[in-house]
Amino acid sequence: MDILFIIQQTLSATLGVNAIIFALAAIGLNMHFGYTGLLNFGQAGFLAIGAYSVAVPVITFGLSLWLALLIGIFNSILFALLLGIPTLRLRADYLAIVTIAAAEIVRQIARSATFNDSLGGSDGITGKFGKEFFDLNPFKQGLTTPILRFNGNDLWVVITGWVLVALITFVMWIMVNSPWGRVMRAIREDEDAVRSLGKNVYLYKMQSLIIGGVIGSIAGFVYALSRQSVQPDNYGTALTFFAYTVLILGGAARVFAPIVGAMIFWFLIVFIEQVLRAGVTSNVIPDWLIGVNQVGQIRFMLMGLGLMLLMIFRPQGIFGDKKELALDAKA
Amino acid sequence: MHPIGDALKTDVERDLNFASKKISARLILLAITTFSATAGISLIATPANAAETPTKLYGVVTSSTEQPLEGIGISIEGPEGFSADVTTDSLGAWEVLIPTKGTYSATINESDLPEGQALTDPTKGTAKANVFMLGVELRLLFPIGPGVEKATMLERSAQLTVDGLILGLIIALAALGLNLIFGTTGLTNFAHGEILTFAGLLTYYFSAIAKLPVIVAAPIAVVLSAFISGFLQDRYLWKPLRKRGTGLIAMLVVSIGFAIFLRYFFLFLFGGDTRQLPQYAGQAGLELGLVNITPKSILTTVIGVGFIVFATLWLLRTRMGKASRAVADNPALASASGIDVQKVIRAVWILGAALAGYAGVIVTVNQGVSFLMGQDMLLLIFAAVTLGGLGTANGALVGSLIIGLFVQLSTLFIPTELKYVGALIVLILILIVRPQGILGRKERIG
Repeated sequence: MDILFIIQQTLSATLGVNAIIFALAAIGLNMHFGYTGLLNFGQAGFLAIGAYSVAVPVITFGLSLWLALLIGIFNSILFALLLGIPTLRLRADYLAIVTIAAAEIVRQIARSATFNDSLGGSDGITGKFGKEFFDLNPFKQGLTTPILRFNGNDLWVVITGWVLVALITFVMWIMVNSPWGRVMRAIREDEDAVRSLGKNVYLYKMQSLIIGGVIGSIAGFVYALSRQSVQPDNYGTALTFFAYTVLILGGAARVFAPIVGAMIFWFLIVFIEQVLRAGVTSNVIPDWLIGVNQVGQIRFMLMGLGLMLLMIFRPQGIFGDKKELALDAKA
Repeated sequence: MHPIGDALKTDVERDLNFASKKISARLILLAITTFSATAGISLIATPANAAETPTKLYGVVTSSTEQPLEGIGISIEGPEGFSADVTTDSLGAWEVLIPTKGTYSATINESDLPEGQALTDPTKGTAKANVFMLGVELRLLFPIGPGVEKATMLERSAQLTVDGLILGLIIALAALGLNLIFGTTGLTNFAHGEILTFAGLLTYYFSAIAKLPVIVAAPIAVVLSAFISGFLQDRYLWKPLRKRGTGLIAMLVVSIGFAIFLRYFFLFLFGGDTRQLPQYAGQAGLELGLVNITPKSILTTVIGVGFIVFATLWLLRTRMGKASRAVADNPALASASGIDVQKVIRAVWILGAALAGYAGVIVTVNQGVSFLMGQDMLLLIFAAVTLGGLGTANGALVGSLIIGLFVQLSTLFIPTELKYVGALIVLILILIVRPQGILGRKERIG
């Protein structure tokens, strides 16, 4: 069992690309769920829209990457409007069902053979659509230390990604502490009261959905760019659920929760997976109990179990405040 | 590092992922453009001493009943004027060695297919393969089924209506329980689909491993489903949570965690493939007027209708059923008027799990069982109850039939792989016009 290797893998994942993607996805959800009380279970749809908006214009239509990013933002606003107009009047649990359905619509259309030519079908799109971004990379040699290891491209994604996360978090912090943010929180607590004060709740909810959705699609940009590939099945319901896990782990309605949550989440996942894998390959864990291919399944079982236990025993997460959001709003 | 959504891929893809991870990034971008997963992706990549060995394209052509088809012509075209024609051997197998990288397309000669067999999707007569590196083996599939495409519009409509009614029944069985549980406890149970999977797996294990006849295995599975998924699940998971005063949204998230845990636990035990029960596997269909339907399908459907009738009578006629409606309406008042609320909830869980378990049995007997079975059904179940009105029993029935029929009949006009998309879009459209659902009360609009 190579302990240094496990540490290196784990720490690299804690600060790595996946942590950035989940931090961004969870920041979006924090806007929706943490501050406005919208139970959006379609965040994966926003990520998918973002990811495909990066890949399709560049690969299929030969546009510039920077234009594609703008298209992505535009598309996610459009998706938020489409999603919001019919659903924002619904109660929390109905909203959950409809948003999850919308995200599945996006995924199934993306993977269907009907649109194979432009969206790539179930294999998605793979290609050098991030070239313009990686050409700017000043750290092409990557980073190799005993405890951290990134290749050149990953290092560039990680650096720009965390800067982006910091910027967005800062903007979020300003927004939620403004009068506008207080209205949002009031809607979460009692929307009838807010309505009686003459605020247009529907409009505020829509703004929340759009802002969170755009942040979600930025997570999709990072997802697509970091892998130079978009695969429809990566944007399934599980992605949304794990983004929620990240958010709840850190503590909903806390500005820094998504960052902390994402780091802890990936730290635990990769650590457990590496230890299990090392145990299986060195036969410490017998083969009849867990095969090499089953390590990933055990990992997902633990993730599901973790989400349950977290919700039961510490619904406010690590840094959350039970008074701020106790998650037992009347459904 | 796996991207997280790999979870949803089939086992084959997962194994490939793992394999590609093992041999690190050396096996790059072996992309093969075949069909959607519903048609069955099969991609077996064997990295060998790359440059020298040519790439092998191969496949096995089988009929809808898994019998090999001999003498089917397949023509392959590729870059630099490459072309080859082969026919399948007595095992239905064919292979072609290709010398250079590039995009190849294999076309099956449809006129060689025997009577009654056709491509399930006429657009898939040509399979494309992108060969990025040599020395690998790529498997191409042609989805072949009974020759539905040759049927007339009228016959297809009739067949799809029957299929839709059966699907509607399956959804209704699961939706009734979901709705009753929601009505009495307020829980939106995202782990409801796993009740179907669990009962399906039990049926499979009793029937295929313990060698019991299906007719015995299925009732045992339903009873165990009622006991384990119903009674035990409520007793040891949800009842304690209710006692703790856990909020409804918190419970919803708990059910999501529980569903993920169970799903991968089933994958861990059962593997990622879809398996058929050995008994009645290749049962021939009966021609009844315009439609073709298997005897096992008729029997399971009739019993299913019996279950629905039983559940409806239970709700309307028995003391417990009436009590459950009272609890759904106002738990505090019901409790004050002497109804044992916990007992009602227990009864509802047991009934709901038995119904959902039987839905799982129907799917398993007719289409086979996989660990994703429940998840695949869950969205349709939710669509049905949302459409009908969450919390109303008859709403669930109406919603289920609409969704079932719509999913099947929509394939007359849209590609089969998009049929669930159609159903989900209808759900959203109806919610714009009537947010409370077809039979729902206005209270749900927030």
